[in-house]
Amino acid sequence: MAAQGRIVWVSGPAVKADGMSDAKMYETVTVGSSKLVGEVIRLTGDVAFIQVYESTSGLKPGEPVIGTGNPLSVLLGPGIIGQLYDGIQRPLRELSKASGSFIGRGITTTPVDMIKKYHFVPKVGNGDVVHPGFIIGTVQETDLIEHSIMVPPDHPGGVISSIVSEGDYDLETVLASAEKDGQNTPIKMYHRWPVRKPRPYHKRYDPTVPLLTGQRVIDTFFPIAKGGTGSIPGAFGTGKTVTLHQIAKWADSQVVVYIGCGERGNEMTEVLVEFPHLKDPRSGKPLMDRTVLVANTSNMPVAAREASIYTGVTIAEYYRDMGKDVVLVADSTSRWAEALREMSGRLEEMPAEEGYPSYLASRLAEFYERAGRVKASGSPDRDGSVTLIGAVSPSGGDFTEPVTTHTMRFIKTFWALDAKLAYSRHYPSINWMNSYSGYLADIAKWWGENISEEWLSLRSEAYGLLQREDTLKEIVRLLGPEALPDEEKLILEVARMVKIGLLQQNSFDDVDTYCSPEKQYKLMKLLVDFYRRGQQALKEGTPLADIRNISVVSLILKARMDVKDNEMAKLDQLDVQMQEEFKTITGVKVSN
Amino acid sequence: MTTEGGVQYSKIAEIKGPLVIVDDVENAAFDELVEIETKDGERRLGKVLEVGNGKAIVQVFEGTSGLSISGTKAKFVGKVMEMPVSKEVLGRVFDGLGRPKDGLPDPIADKFIDINGEPMNPEQREYPKDFIQTGVSVIDGMITLVRGQKLPIFSGSGMSHNLLAAQIARQASVVGTSDDFAVVFAAIGVQYSEAEYFRRSLEESGALKRSVLFLNTADDPAIERIITPRVALTVAEYLAFELGMHVLVILTDMTNYAEALREISAAREEVPGRKGYPGYLYTDLSTIYERAGKLNGRKGSVTQVPILSMPSDDITHPIPDLTGYITEGQVVLGRDLFRQGIYPPINILMSLSRLMKDGIGEGSTRADHSEVSNQVYDAYSRAQEVRALAGIVGKAGLTEIDLKYMNVGDVFEKEFLSQATDENRTIEETLNVLWKIVSKLPKNEITKIKDKFIDQYYQEE
Repeated sequence: MAAQGRIVWVSGPAVKADGMSDAKMYETVTVGSSKLVGEVIRLTGDVAFIQVYESTSGLKPGEPVIGTGNPLSVLLGPGIIGQLYDGIQRPLRELSKASGSFIGRGITTTPVDMIKKYHFVPKVGNGDVVHPGFIIGTVQETDLIEHSIMVPPDHPGGVISSIVSEGDYDLETVLASAEKDGQNTPIKMYHRWPVRKPRPYHKRYDPTVPLLTGQRVIDTFFPIAKGGTGSIPGAFGTGKTVTLHQIAKWADSQVVVYIGCGERGNEMTEVLVEFPHLKDPRSGKPLMDRTVLVANTSNMPVAAREASIYTGVTIAEYYRDMGKDVVLVADSTSRWAEALREMSGRLEEMPAEEGYPSYLASRLAEFYERAGRVKASGSPDRDGSVTLIGAVSPSGGDFTEPVTTHTMRFIKTFWALDAKLAYSRHYPSINWMNSYSGYLADIAKWWGENISEEWLSLRSEAYGLLQREDTLKEIVRLLGPEALPDEEKLILEVARMVKIGLLQQNSFDDVDTYCSPEKQYKLMKLLVDFYRRGQQALKEGTPLADIRNISVVSLILKARMDVKDNEMAKLDQLDVQMQEEFKTITGVKVSN
Repeated sequence: MTTEGGVQYSKIAEIKGPLVIVDDVENAAFDELVEIETKDGERRLGKVLEVGNGKAIVQVFEGTSGLSISGTKAKFVGKVMEMPVSKEVLGRVFDGLGRPKDGLPDPIADKFIDINGEPMNPEQREYPKDFIQTGVSVIDGMITLVRGQKLPIFSGSGMSHNLLAAQIARQASVVGTSDDFAVVFAAIGVQYSEAEYFRRSLEESGALKRSVLFLNTADDPAIERIITPRVALTVAEYLAFELGMHVLVILTDMTNYAEALREISAAREEVPGRKGYPGYLYTDLSTIYERAGKLNGRKGSVTQVPILSMPSDDITHPIPDLTGYITEGQVVLGRDLFRQGIYPPINILMSLSRLMKDGIGEGSTRADHSEVSNQVYDAYSRAQEVRALAGIVGKAGLTEIDLKYMNVGDVFEKEFLSQATDENRTIEETLNVLWKIVSKLPKNEITKIKDKFIDQYYQEE
């Protein structure tokens, strides 16, 4: 029996209604005569406290509140890919048909086109026994996505008693029925799933495969694994969004869920404009064919911002269950935390640090725990992963604020953005001294097997140079560069080259924007070899200035932009040139 | 509740800071406009912040000073606050609540629009990419402004942000077009002289008849400042999206706005976030700044240049901090440069235009623009490091290449950054000075520019 109550109090996104003793926690309700969407977040006696996902301007005490009986859920089925949703899975394209350029209120739409027909290919037959998670057939959702139709997790399973033959069907068609204990339960192309409840899976694995992003400082120095968690905190202007866009564009996953949570409207527009024209480097298909966007921009209602994170992660888990690698990027979790804080304040809860509610940490933990590489339930066997990457926008760029510190407890890769690097236009401004990756040991095996046995040792050597430079810079700051011996000046020089030629990456350059693992490795090897040869040459008495001035240096530094991924021979050529030039400068010394 | 002449009035139960609590309320809506009438017939406006259980908390825009509980009545108007708009608002001066301040009658309204606006559907936005030439080299060359962008100026007390904003308002143009444009100027708690400077500057350049001014000066009611940017943006959106004009909105000073918001939050006894500002400051500011942009299928655009003064020049203060997270970049004025008498005193290293990459390059400015400006950023940042080092070890301790960078820093500040307030440079002039700076470096130091551009533009000594 659905609850039917009456508004007694309104303040911003928070509404209290009485007569709601039949309401359940986290039930969705329609609020007011304009039927705004809301969710019950506290029950006291017959008074329900409701957060409203749309603007409450003009709402009055006395207006009706009606329960739906269901928790906040998303619709899962073909048609999701390529969509731009708001925080509660309303397609913004459909909303604009109803209310024009600005977002109106109380509009109901379906998240996907229910009457569109997909070509269904059955994979089971009459008499087969199925359980939740079993794939009963597939449809081609986009050029890139083969969409598996699975027995929903809340379906009782049983023996297939009917199944349609191969053909074109819409979403409402009953594709199959399964019988158990004399009960027939239908299976359609879609089902609904509550967003706050993680979807079940069979078993969880350790993440061991790197998620390749084509970004050198990430893949080479601070890698993240498929099914891993990462966080990217940074003050404004440090390039969070650009870095996240780069990951969404180039990550080697099959599905990308991009959540714009309380951020700029134009950033979502940029993705919408840009992604259909960009080609996936592996398949050559438009990136939009694998991307789902969830947008709740900063000026959209704050409660829906809180929901947007859950909407996104539930969609990600659904594609994971089909056996796909999914990357979810959330920009920014700080705005989500602020939405929690705002609702908590209106509930008059006792605040913890900086006004955030005391359950901030546990909510963050719950969210990041939904990442993972898993074996999906049901047959056939398939492995999928959800990688979660969250931006954090610390106030004043201060990493000791609550959202950053709590997030650090629950993630394994930390890309610390640095305002000083950004000010000198060193992008991506990921600070190599403060960042870390907990996956390095796990994924080194992959690099060893697929790129080079030497990878891990070269990476340590290159990283070691950056660490040495950091210490040496202190001395330079006090005594000037001339106070250092030549061996140490060489380290400064090579560290500068590593920064310009490897760490920096221009996301707006056609070639540099994506860097293949092989190219990353070769560039790193060129730089480390330069250091080794330089060291040797110094020992043999060659002046530092000669080493610094060999002409191959500026070629190495520009190779990231000049050498395309299919021109690896050019990098080998640079290596040959470097060897020869070193011979010449050391040779000149000998002939003197 | 009492009824007089068919209109229902409610009694005031409590007055607290900028808020009044109205008792005996039936049928009031959240966000509704309220008219407050004192015993001697004075009328003030307010809006409902919270309603329920027979009470409404009302924020009074003109402040509560002089109000008394006895004899003061509140009337719920039955709608949210609206701004009357029409083409006739051009050339007019209004107060902070959108009422005429120039002695002329109300403009004849074409329509009435809710001042809170509605969020633009991101799916319906058009991505901004039309380069605006401001004629200010450092902005055009390094922090490019595009139509539909929101690019604030972060200033400090006493610095020359007004000169800069007025110069932008006078000179801004999109090369090769003659589209209709307009300036909407909102003074939010600034000194009378500053507001007057803007008015005069617009008048002298002949732009006043294409401008709309909203003035809430320092001696006007503080709470009114919550409304001023909203009425200004409502008019701007109307001019842009209904009349197809390209509108430049200047809001000064957003710090005063945030302080008014804090005053209300404190009076409501809300749990404060940082420095006493409410936890929803970010969301609230975004409902102002996000009202910039372009829309698919509509001709006009709203470009925002908000100005805010950073308390104690501190960029990590909540107001500039949260602003920077919402706006598409920031232009930061530097105290050091200002002290040296440099105009405009823009610290380029801390400044940024996020939309620059799409507004420049072949077809709008020049193909080499992005790379040459990146190289100059890099060089200027090296120059700053060298200067710091020179302060410790002296010039004698510097290497030859360090000295070259130091020279680059000097040339940059003297020949590129510095500019007269009436000097309007074309983008070609601006780019040529950038190349002059780059050419002070030996070619092997140039790592961010492709060889073909170096061959074309590098100026050999």
